[in-house]
Amino acid sequence: MEPSLASYLALSGILFTIGTVGVIFKRNAIGMFMCIELMLNAVNLTFVAFSRYYADVTGQLFVFMVMSVAAAEAAVGLGIIIAFFRNRISVDVDDASILKN
Amino acid sequence: MEAIAKTIFPIVVLFGAATIAFGVVLMIVAYTVLAERKVLGWIQGRIGPNRVGPWGMMQPFADLLKFIFKEDIVPDKSTKFIYYLAPIIALTCALMPMIVYPFGPAITTIDWSFLPFGLDEGIERLPLTIGQIDVGVLFVLGITSVGVYGIALAGWSSNSKYSLMGGLRSSAQMISYELAMGASIIGVVMLAGTLDLNGIIYAQMASPFRWYIIPQFIGFVVFLIAAFAETNRVPFDLPEAETELVAGFHTEYSALKFALFFMAEYVNMFTVSVMVVTLFLGGWYIPGLTHIFEMGSVAYAIASFVGFLLKISAFLFLYIWIRGTLPRFRFDQLMNFGWKFLLPVALANVIFTIVIVYFLNK
Amino acid sequence: MVTALFFLFAGLAIACAISLVYHKNPLYSAVSLIGVLVSLACIYVTLAAPFIAAVQVLIYAGAIMVLVVFVIMLLNLEEDRPLNRLRYLYAVGGGLGLILLAQTFFIFYAVSRVPKQPVNVDETVGETLNIGRAMYTEYLLPVEIVGILLLMAIIGGVILVRRLAQPELTLVVDNELARRNEAEEIGDYRIGL
Repeated sequence: MEPSLASYLALSGILFTIGTVGVIFKRNAIGMFMCIELMLNAVNLTFVAFSRYYADVTGQLFVFMVMSVAAAEAAVGLGIIIAFFRNRISVDVDDASILKN
Repeated sequence: MEAIAKTIFPIVVLFGAATIAFGVVLMIVAYTVLAERKVLGWIQGRIGPNRVGPWGMMQPFADLLKFIFKEDIVPDKSTKFIYYLAPIIALTCALMPMIVYPFGPAITTIDWSFLPFGLDEGIERLPLTIGQIDVGVLFVLGITSVGVYGIALAGWSSNSKYSLMGGLRSSAQMISYELAMGASIIGVVMLAGTLDLNGIIYAQMASPFRWYIIPQFIGFVVFLIAAFAETNRVPFDLPEAETELVAGFHTEYSALKFALFFMAEYVNMFTVSVMVVTLFLGGWYIPGLTHIFEMGSVAYAIASFVGFLLKISAFLFLYIWIRGTLPRFRFDQLMNFGWKFLLPVALANVIFTIVIVYFLNK
Repeated sequence: MVTALFFLFAGLAIACAISLVYHKNPLYSAVSLIGVLVSLACIYVTLAAPFIAAVQVLIYAGAIMVLVVFVIMLLNLEEDRPLNRLRYLYAVGGGLGLILLAQTFFIFYAVSRVPKQPVNVDETVGETLNIGRAMYTEYLLPVEIVGILLLMAIIGGVILVRRLAQPELTLVVDNELARRNEAEEIGDYRIGL
């Protein structure tokens, strides 16, 4: 017996919710970045589940694309975080609210 | 009864096979440590350990007992949970690839009808692989890349500057050399047309060169160098550089937790040697052996397995030999070498192979 | 069997996700996220997508998260500071979370009510061969676009992290420290942050 499609969607929805709440609650740029990764992963899970239940390879290809975008995001995002840390000695997003300096 | 036996039987067989494989690998690793001390001794004009048992053969067990009975010191300011987690990650990730490695050809000549409850139904061959999966190469690469967390987290959680430096160096080194490693494998995967390790061996059997080391010599050299870096061995052992960092990432580890890291390093050596042998030296396949033994027979499997072990031993010896010969890189030299030399060479090899494969298939 | 594995790894993933949000220490969060990624990879295996599972471990757990852990260790980040200014965000986050959770339950309810369609038992969909074939025929353009995106990301990353003029940067940091000390003396947290 296999779990139904609905249970995969439910898991994905719960993970996405946790990710969204995390992005809002976290004040730390790296923490927010990780929560965004969690949301991307939740979406990936729905893609793979649909790909399985409709026997279509498109969903899995899309997961691949999402992963590539996440890798690009990691490269640029972490670059921004390091550059920000050099100027502000902090990765707190609240510190980014001041344009001075 | 019969139904229950039929459900449980495959699980029991898998667990048994995994246990045997892990046990054998750990035994091989124990004697690799002994061999390393012996060979290093000979290289340096010493005798090496020779007190415990004949020729020091029981030395690994004496070492293990010593590790068990040592005092277990945990640094006061360490992050406890991650501090305990790190050695477990290191050893688990080192042992996991054994699950997909092909240790020999499938045996097809045994008659399984002696099994009770009709368990022999549908069993025709005994593959000498625990789990044959479609993406074996990616599995091994993925698991070894997760293994870096063992070192990085150990360095961070010990709350010691030497450990932190070791952990930082190891994550930077692993990321850099993994790229070259992956790129050097692409050539082999393109020639074989599969990511399955058994499939790669069969593709080598069918190819005119027999072993992929001939058409993929550049890939072989790049892979070997990257493998040294991935296992943190001399000349790339910067994460534990004794002369600069006391002992690097495992400075604060003692007793059995240190033993886990130590074992993980040698299991990694074994893992990577198996990978080199499988991808470039035909794995268990020895050209011409089919003329002596019948394909699929037990004798053929045993002969192939012995040949496989000999090839692996040759690489383990190479590891020890290089440790006794070469000095350590400086960190900027390591990075420059990885990014500015190894990666471009590996990519050039990929492009070259693409052209060759394109014209071969035309 | 598959159901048991699903509930095991789903529970693990949710527990790790909650711990990711709960922990103030960024490295704990990173370790939790690795837990989520590995559990999801295991779920992908039960969904007959071994290639995606392997790539998930290789790219997410093996490359992206190593980079994140590296940055956390490099910057030696301390614990998150408690939110003292944007307090209303707690309410917004909680509300949004509740709405999304309600939506999740609605989706679960709606999809469960659809009369059971037969599960397509085509196990070969997730094989490397099929994925590769689709990737380089039907979906060639997206793959090329992703390649260009990655190239742009590499260039962007190099430009962002490049050190332009060392003395100026130290000056900026000095200014920042002075500004913070000053703000602390006045007790004006709005400037201090």
